[in-house]
Amino acid sequence: MKTLFDKVWDAHVVAEREDGASLLWVDRHFVHEGSHHAFRKLADRGLPVAEPNLTFGVADHYVPTRGRGTLDLAGPVGRMVQGLSDNTKTHGIRCFGLDDPRQGIVHVVGPELGLTLPGLTVNCGDSHTSTHGAFGALAFGIGATEVAHVLATQAIWQSRPKTMRLTIEGQLAPHVTAKDVALTWIAKLGADGARGHAVEYAGSAIRALSMEGRLTLCNLSIEGGARCGMVAPDDTTFAYLAGRPFAPTGPDWDEALAHWRTLATDDGATFDREVTIDAAAIAPVVTWGTSPEDALPVTGHVPEAGGDGLADTLAYMGLSPGQPLTDIAIDQVFIGSCTNARLEDLRAAAKVLAGRRAKVPGLVSPGSTAVKRAAEAEGLDRIFVSAGLTWVDAGCSMCVGMNGDTVESGKRCASTTNRNFRGRQGKGARTHLMSPAMVAAAAVAGHLTDVAPYLEGRD
Amino acid sequence: MAGISRVKGVAVALAMDNIDTDQLIPARFMSAPRSAGYGGFLLHDLRRTDDGALDPAFPLNTPAADGAKILVAGRNFGSGSSREAAVYALVDAGIRAVVAESFGDIFRGNAVNNGLIPAEVERVAPLLGTLTTPGAATLDIATRSLTVGTVRTAFALSDVFAKKLRNGWDDIDLTLGRLDAIAAFRRARHEGARWAFPNHNESGPNAAQPEGHS
Repeated sequence: MKTLFDKVWDAHVVAEREDGASLLWVDRHFVHEGSHHAFRKLADRGLPVAEPNLTFGVADHYVPTRGRGTLDLAGPVGRMVQGLSDNTKTHGIRCFGLDDPRQGIVHVVGPELGLTLPGLTVNCGDSHTSTHGAFGALAFGIGATEVAHVLATQAIWQSRPKTMRLTIEGQLAPHVTAKDVALTWIAKLGADGARGHAVEYAGSAIRALSMEGRLTLCNLSIEGGARCGMVAPDDTTFAYLAGRPFAPTGPDWDEALAHWRTLATDDGATFDREVTIDAAAIAPVVTWGTSPEDALPVTGHVPEAGGDGLADTLAYMGLSPGQPLTDIAIDQVFIGSCTNARLEDLRAAAKVLAGRRAKVPGLVSPGSTAVKRAAEAEGLDRIFVSAGLTWVDAGCSMCVGMNGDTVESGKRCASTTNRNFRGRQGKGARTHLMSPAMVAAAAVAGHLTDVAPYLEGRD
Repeated sequence: MAGISRVKGVAVALAMDNIDTDQLIPARFMSAPRSAGYGGFLLHDLRRTDDGALDPAFPLNTPAADGAKILVAGRNFGSGSSREAAVYALVDAGIRAVVAESFGDIFRGNAVNNGLIPAEVERVAPLLGTLTTPGAATLDIATRSLTVGTVRTAFALSDVFAKKLRNGWDDIDLTLGRLDAIAAFRRARHEGARWAFPNHNESGPNAAQPEGHS
């Protein structure tokens, strides 16, 4: 009787130490511009990359989303992008760089290229590597020392985490998305609620999610403190992967499929912790504070009593205790990031914005260049532009505040991203997290609002 | 890296939960090479006023905090991004141990990889109560005990991390001794699960398919 996590973990153990640490084989390793510390460590030791063919470079964190043709490669941002090109070239690693049609955010690109597969171990020097668990992969973010270790050995030392099953049973209400599911469980358990655990998402509401929805859900696992998040692969997963450029083909595909069908958690397997949430009880959610756990249904109010830090948080956010959340006026919106910038997300936002004008400015940055092309092919870009938003290139953009896209100090942004930390979107920026449709509704209203009235007659 | 088993020095309280990695080091500083020194970036936007000057009211900026080696904070310290730069900022500023009620998992691993002790305590309130101003503290890995002023408390640290910190182990050095086992594993995986190796002959330069088009 094994869990999905157990099966994938056990299949990757190269060696075990007496103290309990395991050396795991790494099937896929993604690097990005921020991996420069790790490449430096490798260079300092004169070590080669052990498995260039299992390593992929993706330019995302620092890439500008506008004016790429004129990027100064010696400037502060260009230097980082060029550094990735140089490092990957030196080591013979395939890189999806600035001008590559496959460029995009690593956690969008890996899945859409078929590099991420069920039953694999996936590492990247980025905490949102948990995203790839949507395929039933064991995927987790690592720091620079570990990135250097994986580059040098294609393996990683880990202590086996505990397991936790988060079951969402029932049917989600209309307009309730994977983002709302994620923020709801994080608000319930806390931003450290799943620390030390590998989370498996299960239940009928999860089975009903598209791959895009599962990716959003697993992406946010880290915001609840989980080491990783996983969904058992099923026909939704297999249909998504079939024909992807790097996915197995022919007999390899058949063999893979047969294996993938055995990965689901066995009946009777036990978890260290079980949490169940009623899908029907989940509402469209927004965050009001500076941690993803500060999330409430949009019909709620800013808390009046909380821990010691509440006054401080509300001062930073410029909010008053007891204020209705729908009274919070916004200055701008952002639709993008590894959390919510896939085609399904852009469609959801466009559905609200079609034929309407946003009251505030905003940026729409698709998750990848391929998503951008697909969105343009179906006219989504024109909907965003007609609404008054700015349609730009793919990258981490305004989620991470290191590529030129930032929110100014004191400004308030309704955002599809993953972190509302102080200063995350720029020094002094105030971030409210929510789903793409909710961001679009906020753009039209000029304040936080329930998306439902904006979708009447549009289903 | 030199091993570390005991820290004795000034402890400073940061009575806040959720001190995330974006607080420990804002993203805009992370393109700097480590050799430039990361200490000046530590908690940059929390401890400095808008003009970049140190805020004298911030606990870490008080004269009594000079040379501090231990930080004591609330729940969920180091949550958020995998940026090891958050640990570099602490280490380069002279911090050798962080005491908190819980840690972000990735941060904790990064800390240990850089000789910084992440000590998890059940309740931080008594320690914060003692540290209304920075004070002397001692932390010992072998006994998992922490003494701040007159308050003595136990902390949790896994055996794997404790051993690594005390020995100053570098994982790459250790693993290079196991390359044969890794190579054997690779051969077996390639034989048993060829599908797990990427098909580098993907169909053409524009083969990327956006999601939703499968």
